[in-house]
Amino acid sequence: MRHDHLITSKQLSRADIETVLDRAAEIDADPSAVADRHANRLLGLLFFEPSTRTKMSFETAMKRLGGDVVDMGSVESSSVKKGETLADTVRVIEGYADALVLRHPKQGAATMASEFVDVPLLNAGDGAGHHPTQTLLDLYTIRENAGLDDLTIGIMGDLKYGRTVHSLAYALTNFDARQHFVSPESLQLPREVVYDLHQADGAGIREHDSLEEVLPSLDVLYVTRIQRERFPDEQEYQKVAGEYQIDMETLEAASDDLTIMHPLPRVDEIAPAIDETEYAAYFEQAHNGVPVRMALLDLFLQEGGDGDE
Amino acid sequence: MAMSDGRDEPANGGDSQGGDDHQLRVSKIRSGTVIDHVRGGQALNVLAILGIDGSEGEELSVGMNVPSDRLARKDIVKVEGRELSQDEVDVLSLIAPDATINIVRDYEVIEKHRVDRPEIVDDVLSCPNTGCITTGDEPVTSQFEVLDDGVRCAYCGTIVREEIASLIDT
Ligand SMILES: [Zn+2]
Repeated sequence: MRHDHLITSKQLSRADIETVLDRAAEIDADPSAVADRHANRLLGLLFFEPSTRTKMSFETAMKRLGGDVVDMGSVESSSVKKGETLADTVRVIEGYADALVLRHPKQGAATMASEFVDVPLLNAGDGAGHHPTQTLLDLYTIRENAGLDDLTIGIMGDLKYGRTVHSLAYALTNFDARQHFVSPESLQLPREVVYDLHQADGAGIREHDSLEEVLPSLDVLYVTRIQRERFPDEQEYQKVAGEYQIDMETLEAASDDLTIMHPLPRVDEIAPAIDETEYAAYFEQAHNGVPVRMALLDLFLQEGGDGDE
Repeated sequence: MAMSDGRDEPANGGDSQGGDDHQLRVSKIRSGTVIDHVRGGQALNVLAILGIDGSEGEELSVGMNVPSDRLARKDIVKVEGRELSQDEVDVLSLIAPDATINIVRDYEVIEKHRVDRPEIVDDVLSCPNTGCITTGDEPVTSQFEVLDDGVRCAYCGTIVREEIASLIDT
């Protein structure tokens, strides 16, 4: 990969994506081979909003490569509270670490921060913007279960605010994938995202308000949570959300090979009865975060110049 | 691109600084830049987007809602003593795509050209997305990519198609 930083999944070509996924597969197959690979190297964790899962996943990945982490801690306890700019914060922490992971509530934060640092910076979510490491672990899971070419995928739920969905959809335009977006009208993909998808791959994109018409054709169904706070009242929420939940009955119309994914945490979008079936890939998906982030850290730390290759 | 000689611009153009001959509502300038065929009502936005506010002593003349053959009503902006470069004026294409730029020396138009759409505009517009990193206190200048039908924030990706003039940094 020829990138200094990982900011959005849009920057990744098909070859870049395959490099990361191939490396993740190698690591997944034999994690002990890389156990000391980045000994004595430090990853700086800058989480300006809480995201325990993502942070733990990065921390685990770095430690499994033999390295360690330095953590800025919570915003409340840091100099950010005293009004320090993000540009200053990243320039200070850059001096402590070999690479940085940033999560920030403002869109474009990672793009801006990367302009101020020389060490690799990995975006772990910038507001409603991008979350490319989630995208890569999603792609890895899809590849392992259904393959990325000649793929028919349904992406369902909150498509308006779900950044994981936007990143994933964009990345899939690199592959031979037909994408069906299923959501209530009020939670459709933002027009900006549709614009981009059409620019990239107009023919492969369709929007629907019901799962029924597309379910039988799907290889993968990616479900996201519809949040209560997006609706004016409880009644409206119950009515709408209920139409986008799946259970064993829903799946009678599905192909036997269907793979169901979800970025987790879920509430009641997927009935627990599905967990034990061959359809369910969402826990595997969560676990895949570690090998994929190990692969990314390995690739970016190597390009940092003093890696061992 | 060759200019068409509209009826409000005599073919020999030399003494026309962008007003109809019978309507010299805006005084001629000696040397500087005349921005003509600005959409009616956009003259002040033209000055704002160019960052010209007279504070550096520039002599400015502004004609607004002047009858025009090409546009129903046009504005004209004349900046005395300053020749604006193509790079400086291209940003005008966002709010005044039909504008023509006349460079004047000794009362004569020595150069005439249109505005082209730039690929990127820096530090001119501010992002309307309050969740965008450029709207806070960070030491970063705005940057917008120019699309066929709008502009897009290089940081948060927000696309603006209408009322781009309302984003002008003042
Ligand atoms: Zn923005």
